[in-house]
Amino acid sequence: MIEFKNVTKTYDGKVNAVDDVSFTVPQGNIAVFLGPSGCGKTTLLRMVNRLVPITKGEIFIDGENTNSLNEIQLRRNIGYVIQSNGLFPNMTIEDNVTVVPKLLGWDKEKMRSRFFELMDLIGLKPDDFRKRYPHELSGGQQQRIGIARAMAADPPVMLMDEPFGALDPIIRSHLQKEFLQIQKEVQKTILFVSHDIDEAITMGDQVAIFKDGRLMQYDAPDDILANPANEFVSTFVGADRAIKSLGLHTVADLVNQLKVTPVAADSKQISLKTDLRQILSIFFNEGYEELVVVDEEKKPMGSITIQDVQKYLHQTNQSA
Amino acid sequence: MTNKRKASTFIRYFFYGIVLVFFLWAFIQGYFSLIFEQTDEFLRLLRQHVLLVLVSSLLAVGIAIPAGILVTRPAFRKLEWPVLNLANLGQTIPSIAILALVMTYLGIGFYSAVFALFVFSILPVLRNTVAGLNSVDPALKDAAKGMGFTPSQILFKVEMPNAAYPIMAGIRTAMVMNVGSAALAYLVGGGGLGDFIFTGIVMQSQEYLISGAVPVTLLAICIDFFLRFIEKITVSKGLRRSAETAEAS
Amino acid sequence: MNGAFQYFMNNQDEVLALTLQHIQLVGLATVIAILIGVPIGIYLTTNDAVADVVLQIAAIIMTIPSIALFGLMIPVLSVINQGIGFLPALIALILYSQLPIIRNTYVAVQNVDPNMRDAAKGIGMSSWERIRMVEIPIALPVIMAGVRNAVVLSIGIGAIAAFIGAGGLGVLIDQGISRYNRDMIVVGAVGVSLLAIIADTVLGILQRVLTPKGMNINA
Ligand SMILES: Nc1ncnc2c1ncn2[C@@H]1O[C@H](COP(=O)(O)OP(=O)(O)O)[C@@H](O)[C@H]1O
Ligand SMILES: [Mg+2]
Repeated sequence: MIEFKNVTKTYDGKVNAVDDVSFTVPQGNIAVFLGPSGCGKTTLLRMVNRLVPITKGEIFIDGENTNSLNEIQLRRNIGYVIQSNGLFPNMTIEDNVTVVPKLLGWDKEKMRSRFFELMDLIGLKPDDFRKRYPHELSGGQQQRIGIARAMAADPPVMLMDEPFGALDPIIRSHLQKEFLQIQKEVQKTILFVSHDIDEAITMGDQVAIFKDGRLMQYDAPDDILANPANEFVSTFVGADRAIKSLGLHTVADLVNQLKVTPVAADSKQISLKTDLRQILSIFFNEGYEELVVVDEEKKPMGSITIQDVQKYLHQTNQSA
Repeated sequence: MTNKRKASTFIRYFFYGIVLVFFLWAFIQGYFSLIFEQTDEFLRLLRQHVLLVLVSSLLAVGIAIPAGILVTRPAFRKLEWPVLNLANLGQTIPSIAILALVMTYLGIGFYSAVFALFVFSILPVLRNTVAGLNSVDPALKDAAKGMGFTPSQILFKVEMPNAAYPIMAGIRTAMVMNVGSAALAYLVGGGGLGDFIFTGIVMQSQEYLISGAVPVTLLAICIDFFLRFIEKITVSKGLRRSAETAEAS
Repeated sequence: MNGAFQYFMNNQDEVLALTLQHIQLVGLATVIAILIGVPIGIYLTTNDAVADVVLQIAAIIMTIPSIALFGLMIPVLSVINQGIGFLPALIALILYSQLPIIRNTYVAVQNVDPNMRDAAKGIGMSSWERIRMVEIPIALPVIMAGVRNAVVLSIGIGAIAAFIGAGGLGVLIDQGISRYNRDMIVVGAVGVSLLAIIADTVLGILQRVLTPKGMNINA
């Protein structure tokens, strides 16, 4: 659990880059810091591992005030991932990944097995990459290694500053999904900086929206989409927020809430796991009248139409 | 394409050919005779030359690298600008002028020569150390700090290894120039193989000239070669690509 | 220092003459080096294999200590009775200037962005217009930086050339040493240093003037 209590940062005695911010991130959650460039996301993130000293207020990790800890020890227990991956070009991939365990004095055997474990986790073959150097890897691979490195000493907390920001959109959305899978396994408490509303919705259990250093709203993504706290938030999440919110729901949710027509038409089949935003784009792009929902065994359960999606959207937005 | 390759091979062997012909010609003329006839004297001068180069370079490296590290630390950043400008200015001053000036103030002898060579060698090492440390991507230092590296771990595990190529190149440049400048040490009574060369000039003796100049040249080329080899084994393979592009530009 | 100043005041004419001689030697060598080095550098951009070899050879020549190069050339040039004096000094300076000039020309021309070449063609420039209006302005500052390097280097080596009878400010150092005249040595040493610093500064300014606005090179 990470708790921000009236946290303020003033650079050079001028305006507050972060202004009296308070909120709590529960254990095992991903909280996305969202907002336009210069609104203080990075500053707030870097105050957690004390790369930036706090001007006023306190940050607690699992009840412990970060200012009461030795800053080097504190940082070694917090994973840190940055946009430009920060891999050390002079070290092999293995040395990069095990750099923090090495600082912590782990023995060789333990580091080696940890390296294999982490590479399996991020889906790269350990033996193919062990002796290679960062510049021999693609951008996506480098960023995966950066994430593995941050998790090497199994820190309970991770800080990620626009970790996928430099990647092209296809690889980015791929890594987002992959990372959510990893998070299901590892259950870290993660602070994740982003300026992309779609990424925030995909990745966040909570989203904190900032403007000029002030916290505008801190809520679950669908709450933010359904009930923006103010003008700024609603403009920032965009006019198409209703459609965005569809990305948070799956066919299974729709089937649970609405009765689907039991007659299975002869059309494209879709699984229960597909999210509704994708469904919408299938309707629009591929011109189907209806789609056949199939269960895990690929048995048809019924069919849905574009009106069903509309109805579902309407009902959930009213209930929220 | 094959024509281009042929041209490059031709040029390469033409150059080797000139060098070979020169050696054969000088040998047949007996211009290397001093090396064989005054072997003791030759070896004494050679040893003196190597000593001049080693002592002055090691002192220079021993001072320039820590100084370069110092002026790139946040607390001493203010020194960086004056130090770098002084180094740039200093590098414009010819070695013969430094030797001459040092001699007029410190007198003649081995130690004056060592001091002049030391002053002359500090500058390229200092300049490259500062440039190398400054060229390390700030994101790397930030990442290291964020992962809990102490300041000295950041310096020795991140900054120095990543600046190794320019630093090593600075040492190489300094030492190769040092071999040449050490040949001028004779003028200030510092000894070395310059003894043969200047005697050769004064006496119009080809034997003295060649017996002095060829070993000095080979010494410079050997040191260059040796330090390139050291560079290969000390600079991480992961940096080689960026090092190559840096050299080309 | 006072004595040196006295010496300078008493021998202004001679010092001035030596300075001019020094400038002549370096100037002539630089002009010839440019005439040889720039075309070679441009040619090398069309042939990578030859570029490798030529740059390697130029780098080897640079490692030869200057006084040793004189030592090597005197016996060779003695064959045509030119062992000592202006000619060996000139040849040595030209040789040493080749690496910085060839290398910078090569890099400069290679760095002209092919897209820019296309764009120039696209707006209808002829080859000559393209070379004159696009390629030269972009390459010139980098070539200039190479020339600047070569000149500063040549001034120092030119001072050593005095010992083989090529004249110039090195004469003061040479004669000062043999006559134990400290003031003479200081005037010679300070003179060459000032010459090098002034040349470096002037060429640095020229390089900046030649750099098109909006372009930033640190060569
Ligand atoms: N080291 C610093 N010194 C002074 N001002 C800074 C510094 N770092 C950031 N700022 C300022 O603080 C504000 C917030 O910056 P930052 O936290 O980097 O924003 P974000 O990550 O949201 O883009 C900006 O106005 C920025 O200019
Ligand atoms: Mg930021």
